[in-house]
Amino acid sequence: MESFRGKALSWELKNGVVELALHRAPCNEIGSLTLEELEQFVKVLERVTNEAHALIICSEIEAGFCAGADLRELHWRSQQMERKDAARGVRDFLERIHRVLNLIDASPLTTIAAVHGVTFGGGFELALVCDLIIADKMARFCFPELRLGLIPGFGGIPRLKRDLGNAVVRDLLLTGRSFNATKMQQVGLVSQVVGEGEPLRVARATAVQLGKFDRRTAVAAKRFIKPIPYEELRKEIDVFCELFAEPAVEAGLRKFVESEEAQPYLP
Amino acid sequence: MTASNQTLEQILNLAAAHFKVPREKLTADDDFFKTLGIDSLQALDLLTRLEHHFHIELPDYELQGVSDFRTLAERIQVRL
Repeated sequence: MESFRGKALSWELKNGVVELALHRAPCNEIGSLTLEELEQFVKVLERVTNEAHALIICSEIEAGFCAGADLRELHWRSQQMERKDAARGVRDFLERIHRVLNLIDASPLTTIAAVHGVTFGGGFELALVCDLIIADKMARFCFPELRLGLIPGFGGIPRLKRDLGNAVVRDLLLTGRSFNATKMQQVGLVSQVVGEGEPLRVARATAVQLGKFDRRTAVAAKRFIKPIPYEELRKEIDVFCELFAEPAVEAGLRKFVESEEAQPYLP
Repeated sequence: MTASNQTLEQILNLAAAHFKVPREKLTADDDFFKTLGIDSLQALDLLTRLEHHFHIELPDYELQGVSDFRTLAERIQVRL
């Protein structure tokens, strides 16, 4: 058995199943710390490919799976730098997180996101790299980036387009509204909606089922049915960086960070 | 009881039960953030529970600025 417990996430390989659990308060916001640990994780993931058949990604935080990028860190860092240096820093961060997410997306393991509660922005994008999404009935999915003057930057749009009809993608992105798990299952993104507190148990049961099949066949099937939209992912980084240079983004970030509104999570 | 009042009553009952607040302490014009002692994440939780209970979709932007049970009931009623 291999295991690791860091400041933002932990992972364990047991009985052919790798479990990656996020545990950074308040709601697993993805900043430089989480990215560094994810980079360590994907190195391990590549190494244990022959010992495992499934990967489960879940959260130990009660509030949800992941609230997305760490906007407070992004705002703080961009305040410490010249504008052009901040833009370069954002591009570097995006390229690193894309490398991590592309590796998980392309992993020969069958991957399951076991999500609950807030699954917003970058958290939604993390779930989207997985082959299956198993959602607590109380989970909510949202891309609130447009309120900041941005688009999702962790591969959200190309991966949504891979899996969903364009009208649903437009609804999610352009309104910024959140969908509950049942709606997400109706549109075809969520594989199973389960009771409160049940996603990890169901994901583990699903992982046991996956282990019954020949791995080479499963890998071939995955390659055939889940192409990775690399070209669009590259374009997404470019569009995000262009938008990030707009003054409206800095204002939007400041408003979010300084917000004392009762409803900052409502788009 | 009108359909609108029935909707309001169901919301009050659901909120009281889930957030463990005595039902008699909740009134239609209460600010639910204050009365229930909830933050924006818990408000999303309430929204999800209401969507499940009434079998509706309630876009969260329709709740911007809504903080009392009566207006919440009105927003739900038009989707029933």
